[in-house]
Amino acid sequence: MSPAAVLSGLLAVEVPYWASSVIKLGVVALLVPTAALVLGYVFLLKMMSFMQSRLGPMEAGPYGTLQLLADGLKFIQKEDIFPEKADRTVFALAPLVVLISTFLIYVVIPTGPDAVVAQLDVGIFYALAVSSLSVVGILMAGWASANKYALMGGLRAAGQLIAYELPLVLAVMGVVIQAGTLDLQKIVAAQAQGEIFGWDGIGNPFILTQFAGFFIFLVAVQAELTQPPFDMPVAESEIVGGYQVEYTGFRFLFFFMGEFGTAFAFAALAAVLFLGGWALPWGDLEHWAFNIAGPAIMLVKVLAVAALIFWFRFTYPRLREDQLQRMAWKFLIPLSLANIVVTGIFKVAL
Amino acid sequence: MTRLSSTDADAGVEAELATDERREAWATQLADALGEGYAEHHIIAGRDLWVRVTRGSWTAAAAAARDRLGCQFFDWLSAIDWLPSPYGRDMDAQEDNPGPKAADPMAQGCAGGQTRFQMVMRLYSITSHLGVTIKADLPDQDLSIDTLIGVYPGANWHEREAWEMFGIRFNGHPDLRNIYLPGEFEGNPLRKDFPLLARRVKPWPGIVDVELLPGEENL
Amino acid sequence: MTAVGADQRQQMAYVATQAADARLNVEIETEGMTLNIGPQHPATHGTLRLVARLDGEQVVEAEPIMGYMHRGYEKLAEVRTYPQVTTLINRIDWLGSFANEVPFILAAEKLMEVEAPPRAQWIRTALFELSRIANITLFLGDMAVQLGALTPVFMAFRDREFVLNQIEAATGGRFHPNFDRIGGLKDDLPKGWIDDTKQAMEKIRDFCDEFEELVLGNEIFQARSRGIGIIPPDVGLSFGLSGANIRASGVDWDLRRDGHEALVYDQLDWKVWTHPDGDSFARYWVRLQETREATHMVDQLLDGIPSGPIMAKVPRIIKVPAGEAYAATENPLGEMGYYIVSKGDLVPFRVKIRSASFSNISITPWLLKGVYVPDIITILASLYFILGDIDR
Repeated sequence: MSPAAVLSGLLAVEVPYWASSVIKLGVVALLVPTAALVLGYVFLLKMMSFMQSRLGPMEAGPYGTLQLLADGLKFIQKEDIFPEKADRTVFALAPLVVLISTFLIYVVIPTGPDAVVAQLDVGIFYALAVSSLSVVGILMAGWASANKYALMGGLRAAGQLIAYELPLVLAVMGVVIQAGTLDLQKIVAAQAQGEIFGWDGIGNPFILTQFAGFFIFLVAVQAELTQPPFDMPVAESEIVGGYQVEYTGFRFLFFFMGEFGTAFAFAALAAVLFLGGWALPWGDLEHWAFNIAGPAIMLVKVLAVAALIFWFRFTYPRLREDQLQRMAWKFLIPLSLANIVVTGIFKVAL
Repeated sequence: MTRLSSTDADAGVEAELATDERREAWATQLADALGEGYAEHHIIAGRDLWVRVTRGSWTAAAAAARDRLGCQFFDWLSAIDWLPSPYGRDMDAQEDNPGPKAADPMAQGCAGGQTRFQMVMRLYSITSHLGVTIKADLPDQDLSIDTLIGVYPGANWHEREAWEMFGIRFNGHPDLRNIYLPGEFEGNPLRKDFPLLARRVKPWPGIVDVELLPGEENL
Repeated sequence: MTAVGADQRQQMAYVATQAADARLNVEIETEGMTLNIGPQHPATHGTLRLVARLDGEQVVEAEPIMGYMHRGYEKLAEVRTYPQVTTLINRIDWLGSFANEVPFILAAEKLMEVEAPPRAQWIRTALFELSRIANITLFLGDMAVQLGALTPVFMAFRDREFVLNQIEAATGGRFHPNFDRIGGLKDDLPKGWIDDTKQAMEKIRDFCDEFEELVLGNEIFQARSRGIGIIPPDVGLSFGLSGANIRASGVDWDLRRDGHEALVYDQLDWKVWTHPDGDSFARYWVRLQETREATHMVDQLLDGIPSGPIMAKVPRIIKVPAGEAYAATENPLGEMGYYIVSKGDLVPFRVKIRSASFSNISITPWLLKGVYVPDIITILASLYFILGDIDR
């Protein structure tokens, strides 16, 4: 089932396969920039401004809502500059690789019983796999820029993203064990219909039983997104933007969209894995109304998780690269392994 | 208001007198340590101590001040060019200026001196809270002196500054390059015979600065 | 404690050098990377340039290069009358401008043997402390932003504004007051200024409390700054470090208390803050405590301002008698002093400006050996320099 099926159900029109594919593509293609805009506006422009006792942009559109559109237009108008010694092909491809990895995550995120682009049996596995594609793009950008700062940023990003891939996957393992599936739709269902030690008042959102997993997941996501306190790859006060330092115009815009689009995607993954996804614990999960209400419920949960992510981002200073690695290998990975063991014991015992 | 602080220092008249004795004692100690190298000293009661040493005992004077007087703190180092400026004060507009003034005779300041260039350094003791200004004459034909880096590593940059500003060479300095000025800069700006070009090309103060308002030319 | 730190640091530097040399000479023919930090770089706030030879991310050698903003104040002062010089020297440490004028005026007053009337001295001291607060609040936000925290710097700018407003209300200039005169002050205080300033001091105290939690209490900030850039007291002194930088190494020395200048600190109840560690964290900590202490000092100063004239009797055209004098005060950045040589003329014969940042930053080649690139930023930020104060 898919948005196309939803449409055909609602409008009582038969949608051919090619049309449903086009619609799917269109939805994802629209979703990524929209997600980037929403997060950028709500958190980067407004929440950060309010935390810093200022108003943020107020001129473009009512209450500054169109500011990011204006910025995007500005970026598109800029000249497309290549550094003289850059590897032109790789330099041009790198932002696209980052952006594509973001697009691919959205394919499996469910927002309703039928409102999902592709329901894969190995959904979460797929999502984590394609999300780590972005490191390739970042390395390409860092290398191709022919700039020392960019190279340092790229190398830092590679080390960091590889190190944090592990806790990210291990944190999800707990959820997978509890739900008994890798399918994101079934994980949602498992939370809505589950029970906590026999009490099923609110189902079993895994944040309650997998709080350690949720914590590790958030920390690892913060590192995957290269946001403070783990923003060494871009660290503007040290290596002045890292791998982004030579990018201008729409290529920089791609990085920007990739960053916020990925933030949205990870927030959505966290919502699906730990907060019950699009479902509410009361009600029939197969009901068609969830296809309408589901996205709205998702959006609320995603914004809640994103608020947490961005709150960290605006508050904390930056760790050092070695401290980051130490935290990953000596703290997060043992903790997540212990979490898996405990989860397994409960799963078998109960 | 009463003095409540636990951090009070000595103050008042009695302290001032005591300080003077201490400054005298400092001068005596330096004279003992340096022997032949000690030239003269000058004390303003309750305020400051100047000591002039010969060029050869410049480093020894710093070491003696550090070890005997407890001057751990290296304050600063520089030089003075005692030549009266051939350009006058450069204060007046060209039309008011009756031409170069008759040069004043060269006169050195506290603790005397014979030569045009004089090194100055200031050292300070953070325990007795006294400072001393040490000077040394440099002969015109050989503007060089030993470096202080061995005694106070902080002298490094100050000596580089004195090198570019006055052209004084520091023997034993590992890295005598310009610190502020571009490497190819010619001349030593703080010498009195180095003209301040801004004042040469545009006289001061600004009768000529004031541009006429439009329509004012004919008035 | 500090000695051990120094040994460790030297060991690290030694190992780094050896490793780099080994790689240079034997293994593969790669060069240690030379990284240019600055002159346009966000961490150098101004135009300091740092040439660092790196081995991976470890610094083998780092050398600061300055002069991009050298304005030649010592030469310019030789052709300006004494009242004109204060206009120039306002621009040395541009964050706490009024504090620049005070030692120069004090040195000139020494030569002229005039003393400002008590009211002028009290107001002068109050403004001096206000410019200290205006200067250091910005440091408190700035070091946090160098370490990657975005929010504190905005809070610092917000609360610094209250102090700048008071400085502007009293002197007419937010950044360059040019308010101090030989023999007193240009003007008396405006009406209602004292109450307003007391309210501003309340806000600064709140600011200090907030930063003690938000920045000093932050585990990541501590992890980034503790044990980084340790300066042993004797090394610091021999490099000419002064102010909070040397007090953070445990040296109990403050020219406000220990100096002999005509300011009224000896009539206040206050404390000199020191920290035994000598690392970047200690430097931040000492500055935060000093800011809070300064607000209490301003409160006392405002309560104690005596009535009377604000100018001593000085001639309209100021000719300073021949002689030499040195006056130094405890400025926000450290010891700032002026050595004035006068020949009895309208203009000084020679002015030597002893600025704090120049000496403070001269320790960096020694200090940066063997640290990592992110620590360069921590150390530079914690040493706290202002380019105008280095380049003059």
